[in-house]
Amino acid sequence: MEKTTGKVVGIISNLVTVHVDGPVAQNEICYITVGGSRLMAEVIKVNGENAFVQVYESTRGLKVGAEVEFEGHMLEVILGPGLLSSNYDGLQNNLATMKGVFLERGEYTSPIDMDKEWEFTPIAKVGEQVIAADWLGEVKEGWLPHKIMVPFAFGGEYKVKSIKESGKYKANETIAVLTDSKGEEHSVTMTQKWPVKVAIGGYREKPRPGRIMETGVRCIDTFNPIAEGGTGFIPGPFGCGKTVLQHAIAKQGEADVIIMAACGERANEVVEIFAEFPELIDPRTGRSLMERTTIICNTSNMPVAAREASVYTAMTIGEYYRAMGLKVLLLADSTSRWAQALREMSNRMEELPGADAFPVDLSAIISGFYARAGIVELNNGKSGSVTFIGTVSPAGGNLKEPVTESTKKAARCFYALSQNRADRKRYPAVDPIDSYSKYLEYPEIIDYLNNRMDKDWVESVNRAKNITLRGKEAFEQINILGDDGVPMEYHLQYWKSELIDFIILQQDAFDSIDCNTPMERQKYMLKKVLEVCDKKVEFENFEECTSYYKNIINIMRQMNYSAFESEEFNKYLGQLNKIIENDK
Amino acid sequence: MTSKAFQRIYTKLEAITKATVSLKAQGVSNDELATVAGRLSQVVKIKGDLVTLQVFAGTEGIPTDAEVLFYGEPPALNVSDELAGRFFNAYGEPIDNGPAVEGERRYIGGPSVNPYKRKQPSQLIPTGIAGIDLNNTLVSGQKIPFFADPDQPYNEVMANVALRADVDKIILGGMGLTNDDYLYFKQKFENAGALNKIISFVNTTEQPAVERLLIPDMALTAAEYFAVDKNEKVLVLLTDMTLYADALSIVSNRMDQIPSKDSMPGSLYSDLAKIYEKAVQLPQGGSITIIAVTTLSDGDITHAIPDNTGYITEGQLYLRTDPDTGKVIVDPFRSLSRLKQLVIGKQTREDHAQVMNTGVRLYADAANAKTKLENGFDLSDYDLRCLQYAKEYSNRLLAIDVNIKIDQMLDTAWELFGKYFKPQELNIKQSLVDKYLKGGIE
Repeated sequence: MEKTTGKVVGIISNLVTVHVDGPVAQNEICYITVGGSRLMAEVIKVNGENAFVQVYESTRGLKVGAEVEFEGHMLEVILGPGLLSSNYDGLQNNLATMKGVFLERGEYTSPIDMDKEWEFTPIAKVGEQVIAADWLGEVKEGWLPHKIMVPFAFGGEYKVKSIKESGKYKANETIAVLTDSKGEEHSVTMTQKWPVKVAIGGYREKPRPGRIMETGVRCIDTFNPIAEGGTGFIPGPFGCGKTVLQHAIAKQGEADVIIMAACGERANEVVEIFAEFPELIDPRTGRSLMERTTIICNTSNMPVAAREASVYTAMTIGEYYRAMGLKVLLLADSTSRWAQALREMSNRMEELPGADAFPVDLSAIISGFYARAGIVELNNGKSGSVTFIGTVSPAGGNLKEPVTESTKKAARCFYALSQNRADRKRYPAVDPIDSYSKYLEYPEIIDYLNNRMDKDWVESVNRAKNITLRGKEAFEQINILGDDGVPMEYHLQYWKSELIDFIILQQDAFDSIDCNTPMERQKYMLKKVLEVCDKKVEFENFEECTSYYKNIINIMRQMNYSAFESEEFNKYLGQLNKIIENDK
Repeated sequence: MTSKAFQRIYTKLEAITKATVSLKAQGVSNDELATVAGRLSQVVKIKGDLVTLQVFAGTEGIPTDAEVLFYGEPPALNVSDELAGRFFNAYGEPIDNGPAVEGERRYIGGPSVNPYKRKQPSQLIPTGIAGIDLNNTLVSGQKIPFFADPDQPYNEVMANVALRADVDKIILGGMGLTNDDYLYFKQKFENAGALNKIISFVNTTEQPAVERLLIPDMALTAAEYFAVDKNEKVLVLLTDMTLYADALSIVSNRMDQIPSKDSMPGSLYSDLAKIYEKAVQLPQGGSITIIAVTTLSDGDITHAIPDNTGYITEGQLYLRTDPDTGKVIVDPFRSLSRLKQLVIGKQTREDHAQVMNTGVRLYADAANAKTKLENGFDLSDYDLRCLQYAKEYSNRLLAIDVNIKIDQMLDTAWELFGKYFKPQELNIKQSLVDKYLKGGIE
């Protein structure tokens, strides 16, 4: 097939107008030649014989008349073994194999090492009928069984004509030959391509989530759990600990595969992941965290257009691993930067703007993206999931802005970071009152939690939430009327909520023990805290009340810092029990 | 800028706006420089053979038959060791009556460092100011602005920090500096005898506002030369980034772009990020640290400029005047150094993290007590102790005139804890309390 070509006729920053000599498709990829290098670009609008393309690189030095070649496909990623523990830019170029210290434009590197040999084991048998996404075989990628599947783009039924025996093969070697209904043969390798903006299908159904994904973060797991295959988002002004919280979830999240999309954020934060993750051990597998992690990194100084692509690249890789029956956790920091990239382009195209100059279809774009997450039942009856948590950076910390509002419609969990809590160094600064998890209302999740934790777990959680809410009301009253101006009951209410705040909600992400609380321990601590709250205690005056609870908070914090059920832990537990006993 | 043989000359302008001129020209490349009637300009838009040029100094008095000369290259700076000790304008031309700098010609605003090739910042930069070293420790390779109202002494603090920091080069990017401030910096650097390690790029209020858009890229191109080619530790000072952003909005407005929040261009985040993200710790030991100033209007940090800055930089330092002591302090509540965890307790004493947190928490309790007092309520014994503590904490640790070593800061904090609080009120790990707390009230 002849490729369509064209010539540059206009340039405004990274929006380039190309006069084309043949057919072009919306979102088609093309390359512009400038000074010996080829700049990748995507068609975003076509008008007559002019295609408007957004260039993923700097257009400095570009001249009218430059040659353009269209590729005949949309932005694609290559899927295959070796994606894990890789570090890609937003267009899936491998950052580790790039040569210089600087990102030279027009330098594109292969995402998958085609020379590496993989130990292949067949699953499908000759003569078997297969359809897209069926498992043909597997290779070991680290400790994960990486399934080699019938390419997602294959429509209809196929028969396995031949399949390679167990052995070592390279990623681009043919490992199976399939025959379609017309008798045509198709060879399949370990890799396949897929356009990032299209969701990967190949599953039987997408049921409602029925279990939670544990994160070891108490204010999430205990107070507002996220479901496996669920969606959540973390909005918050800068300096409220969004990134620290997201990193904690990435380190501790109960998932087989973690994909982190650093979208338009600080490079040093990504460097932190590069530096830390290989050193950290996944508590569930005993392997290095990096082995289960893929990083898609388009930091804020990298080209803006590729920022938009980066979240789609991340989601596509997530869906690929989901089709293998794995649990994938996808984190994107921050979706606001992606929305801003859309705004910059929309602005250059002189489209009529929506609220805050964002494009009018922002809400639809965000919903469409969140909808790609979820738990699925695969054709072979197994299940896989993509759990998605995005951060949002609202302008001025004001949650009434288009990106936050659009995301609120799409995501089921809302973890609002509060400036007020951050100012008082109460981390994680997730506001216990504004935040919610819709999953806590799902009957199947309630059943799951009550089975997994305790028979009246969800009721206990709601009781703790109620104490927090009443504590806030009491605090406001005390502030208005003064310590002496309110009945003792208000002080009790306030201090009970402080107890829950300090012991359950606050968590030290930088302490080796406190940073990660397993569910058993969360169960124990919530029970203990509620036990203290339920104790009937009498005080002469509010100062007595204050010092009583301060003392308990101090002891229980020491418990949080000690290994669960260790000698030290039990020592503090003894002190605590003594105080509670004495009240009788 | 010297004339070159291959320059193309045009003499017919098609259109003139306040900031741009358009003309028909051939073979022009994007971002290329030109002069229009002798004024430096840059290509910002090409449509067929119609080229739009942004004239940095404005288009006042430019006739339609003005002479336009294209340079065939984007803005550039000659880099070499000769840069040290020199003062330049926004175009990289000497303003200190010295000779032009010989060296390799580098385009400014070049590509960014591959994030995979960066190193994690790990070297503490001590400043002697406890509000910074104790609560918001700086690390080489970091980017951090001062958020300050225009009446606060941010340039003085920044100059002090720069001169006390242990770095090989200090590069000043002055945007919209008043002539007085420019002379202040010049004199301060001369008096410190440090002129040979300082390079300045200065745009004063007397010069056209749009010119200052070149300043950060000029300063950072020089910084990259010393950090990447020479493996040196470079500190870049950018003041005032609010005036830089204002210039961006002027340009975008004159280019008929749809403004987003606070009449800033929609690309403000990317524009600022491109500058700040040049801060880097390189694998060969060189580093670029950026300390900037973002002036606020009436302390409003929700304005688009400080807001976008806050999302890009690794923390921010707020200056404010403490009414109790009358001193300018580094506000412990809103200030933050995101990289401090990388050095706290590693290059400083083990008790640093907990002392820092407790110190600030008790200061917050004092603020609550103050609110109670203002509302006319009785204060508890604890409240009164907090208030006394806050005054001394502010005076001896938060004030910007403090200049002591970090261990002394920690000792001072423990001294205050012991003077005003019971050990169980500190919420500090018992082992640290046992080791460092002297005294403590009953």
